[in-house]
Amino acid sequence: MEDLSLEGTAKTPTVDFKSAGELLIKGRSIPENSIEFYKPLIDWIAAYSDNPKENTLVNIQLEYFNTSSSKCILDVFKKLESISDSTVSVKWYYEEDDEDMLEAGEDYEAIIDLSFEMIEVEEL
Amino acid sequence: MDAFNLYSQMERDDVLIAFKGSITSELLTSVLQIMETKMEDLHEAPRTRKKVFNVLVECLQNLYHHIDEFEVVGTPEEISEKKSAIFSISRSVESYNIVTGNFVSKDNVNNLTGKINKVNDLNREELKAYYKQVLNNGEISDKGGGGLGFIDIAKKSGEKLVYNIREIDENYSFFTLTVKISQI
Repeated sequence: MEDLSLEGTAKTPTVDFKSAGELLIKGRSIPENSIEFYKPLIDWIAAYSDNPKENTLVNIQLEYFNTSSSKCILDVFKKLESISDSTVSVKWYYEEDDEDMLEAGEDYEAIIDLSFEMIEVEEL
Repeated sequence: MDAFNLYSQMERDDVLIAFKGSITSELLTSVLQIMETKMEDLHEAPRTRKKVFNVLVECLQNLYHHIDEFEVVGTPEEISEKKSAIFSISRSVESYNIVTGNFVSKDNVNNLTGKINKVNDLNREELKAYYKQVLNNGEISDKGGGGLGFIDIAKKSGEKLVYNIREIDENYSFFTLTVKISQI
């Protein structure tokens, strides 16, 4: 299957989903209409789950996201959680001192049954 | 027209940006960009910059979605007036203040104030739990709004939400929301 690659904008993140099993969402996710933006991402994961790699690594490196994206990001994780033939692990990056972003990652970790690693970096 | 009174008032209130009119996606993109540059120029701490930016996004997108979904019956002039909004962002030594104002239908006032009162009744731990609960169980609208806006604003600002409802006529009221973000 084809990779999904979207360039970031002022309101939407860079997306790089590789069928080799490495998925990246990076930047800011603050669109007014987040459902429209996230639909192709969720569709891609659905297609990937038909024939996934043994291990899937998901890197989330978000600087900002709005509440409307937060629901869509949860849907992305739920879709990843439903992949049956792959070990999915999530690396959740946050900038030092950004407690809100760390807390957001911990919220997803509490809701979603996937392995999460919280990674503090100086700058995203 | 003498703009000096308006200028003086904005100067006195330390206004960084103020706007009245129709709220478009392009406008929000510009305002957010201007605010990011201003906060950089003011050498704000990264923590303050992030909090202000996050809360501002939610406040302005609340306005945007409200106006998008707000059904007004009347002449084109009436519709355009009721679908206008106002916002201002000001900065004092100790805090940033975001004020938004918009028309709401009177039927919606109780629902709106109920939501804010509920958020204001919760302490920080309760807000965190409530956010998680709504995130996981809440209904999601067509555009992706999910009733998380006020919860997130209260959680990130760490302050109670201050609001005012002013009666305009038999159908409409004017809703003002003031959010303070302390600089630490």
